[in-house]
Amino acid sequence: MVATDRASVVKAGRTSPAGHTRRAHPVASQRSIRRPRASVTLHVAMTLMLIYALLPLFWLVVNASKTQDALFTTFGLWFGGKFALFSNVHDTLTYDHGVYLRWLANTLLYVVAGAGGATFLATMGGYGLAKYNFLGRRAVFAVVLGAVAVPGTALAVPTFLLFSRLGLTNTPLAIIIPSLLSPFGLYLIWAYARDSVPDELLEAARIDGAGELRTFFTISLRLLSPGVITVLLFTVVATWNNYFLPLIMLNQPKWYPLTVGLNQWNAQSSTVGGQAIYNLVITGSLLTVIPIVAAFLVMQRYWQSGLAAGSVKQ
Amino acid sequence: MIPIPRSGGIRRRALGVAAAGVVLATAVAACSSGNSSGSSNGSNGAAKATAADVEAALQKKSTITVWAWAPQVKDIVAAFEKQYPNVTVNLVNAGTATDEYTKLQNAIKAGSGVPDVAQIEYYALPQFSLTKSIANLDDIGLGDLKSDYAQAVWEAVSPGGTAQALPQDTGPMALFYNKKIFDKYGLTVPKTWDEFLADAKKLHAANPSAYLTNDAGDPGFVTSMAWDAGGQPFKVDGTKVTINLQDSGTQKFTALWNQLIQGGLLSPISSWSDQWYAGLANGTIASLVTGAWMPGNLESGVAAGKGDWRVAPMPVWTAGAPAATAENGGSANAVMKASKNQLAAAGFLKYMNNGAGADLFAKEGGFPSKNSVLTSADFVGQAPEYFGGQKINEVLSASASSVLPGWSYLPFQVYANSIFPDTVGKAYANKSDLDTALKAWQDALSSYGQQQGFTVSAG
Repeated sequence: MVATDRASVVKAGRTSPAGHTRRAHPVASQRSIRRPRASVTLHVAMTLMLIYALLPLFWLVVNASKTQDALFTTFGLWFGGKFALFSNVHDTLTYDHGVYLRWLANTLLYVVAGAGGATFLATMGGYGLAKYNFLGRRAVFAVVLGAVAVPGTALAVPTFLLFSRLGLTNTPLAIIIPSLLSPFGLYLIWAYARDSVPDELLEAARIDGAGELRTFFTISLRLLSPGVITVLLFTVVATWNNYFLPLIMLNQPKWYPLTVGLNQWNAQSSTVGGQAIYNLVITGSLLTVIPIVAAFLVMQRYWQSGLAAGSVKQ
Repeated sequence: MIPIPRSGGIRRRALGVAAAGVVLATAVAACSSGNSSGSSNGSNGAAKATAADVEAALQKKSTITVWAWAPQVKDIVAAFEKQYPNVTVNLVNAGTATDEYTKLQNAIKAGSGVPDVAQIEYYALPQFSLTKSIANLDDIGLGDLKSDYAQAVWEAVSPGGTAQALPQDTGPMALFYNKKIFDKYGLTVPKTWDEFLADAKKLHAANPSAYLTNDAGDPGFVTSMAWDAGGQPFKVDGTKVTINLQDSGTQKFTALWNQLIQGGLLSPISSWSDQWYAGLANGTIASLVTGAWMPGNLESGVAAGKGDWRVAPMPVWTAGAPAATAENGGSANAVMKASKNQLAAAGFLKYMNNGAGADLFAKEGGFPSKNSVLTSADFVGQAPEYFGGQKINEVLSASASSVLPGWSYLPFQVYANSIFPDTVGKAYANKSDLDTALKAWQDALSSYGQQQGFTVSAG
């Protein structure tokens, strides 16, 4: 999934005006060396990838416009029945006393505090590991590298036990604190800081009398910003889509993020006496992906330069 | 009775439904063995409470937490709080069915966050009873309500012979059919299972995309049908468990269902999926053999079928035989042993499932369990438009009173159902013999039961 998302983002980047102008010059002058002729096979393959990536989104939009009835009585990949998108949106936002908005606010809280905090910590940590020599640096780094290999899902259960002992389950902290850790983000910043923040620059700053914190915030952070944005996108997506951790940490629907909340709505249709609200689940899902799509579109320039960091020796 | 270390083992694997749950329970079992089980017995130790104690507890200021997913509970809580303003009920939907059980087990083992009252389906009750996680009704002043319920229902809340929960909804089985489709293809409403089979053949021959019913392999359905046919494949006596999925009742069912499976006469769609709702709406699934709680789900999930659906009594196995039915699904509510306020919890439980709440539950579309509600003129007289004005509760109440007694589920039924797709589910997919598949399920369950310390025999 991530791979296809990325593919579609990169593709979108190519055709966007900004991407085009930035590339225009080198491509024109060095075509013969750098870039082979446009290949039909490649185009076909990329078009298929594009369709593959966009089809679920298309399905989501089409079906968010249907009533609960029309969902099951009309063809799934085209509009049918009454156009009910706006009433669906209205119902989604007001169903069960507007609990969707509560879940949205929870998700935003987890993303801002969790992903924001994770990015901040990863940036400080990665920068520190890249630019300072201290005892145990290699050990710390080895631990971080090892942590990259452990999927968050595997840690959810031990984390639950730990938090249960601390009496923190069923609170927002149970989601925010584990989200603060982003070993991969730290690694990315480390790699990025190593290449893009010259030691000479830091030395110059020191000679001019700037403290380490001031150097970090006024000089290094700016140089690091593409990397920081990349990490921010990673952690925002991870926190926004986080399902398993909140599922086991939280019992109270009032603290659910959108992912777990929507699943609860979905389960309602298999509940005795429960109201089937697939139309609201679908509309709710559509509303849920919009902020993420927007975040990608806004930040894709940084995302690309961030991903490419360290891939080419300049 | 079960030695405590054993029960820890059982729960561990029963939790295996959620992959990660296994790790969790193992770890929790290890770290919580320190706090002895004595401390989790609640505040009121061995003393048995009376109905008067319960009533007194409701007049004291307290807050109880209730985990339930039945949508009617919200209004019941509101009515309860009005009548007993001193008790605050914190109602939480912690998930439906197995989602909730996993959370409940986690909370029990973690020793914090256990609700005072929890909704538990009948098939899952033995598991919580075995681990002594739920309170005996006798201890909390609710022991004298047996006569309010049918025998089979009371048996369902009394795993091991001790009542430990109050029934909420039940699911006596009936045949829900789409009259429009039946009329269109000239099908007669089947009175026997042979007629059911004939209808299935006739419909599928007339329209190859239509099926009389769907079944993609559902353990709840198979066990209920074995029950309906007079089978008693599971018997439990303390740690002695008998599993015999080859008994004559079960074979009566498989003889019928084999013909449907092998003849390709069942729509291979899982119940509760969106395709299922679509099939019920577009007429490619013409009937359902299911529990009496179905009407509300049809009305909300298949609104397009309004006026088309009817309810008929369960077909019988031999023409002219007296009605004999089974339960399919249904839930009870139990007071948790870890509750610090068991008496107030008991008071709420009684109000919800035995008092005014039971009427409210039925009024809001739940299928009740209490005899007096089942037979009340109000309930039996309902003639919902969705069912063309048919007095469906006459049929369903009659089914409730002819449920065969003597059934029990395994103490590890939640786990058993979770491995059903690995064995029996395959027979559905390959259109192969159901008996062979049930034998494989039985073998898997037997060896599992042995591992957990039960003495398992094949009867």
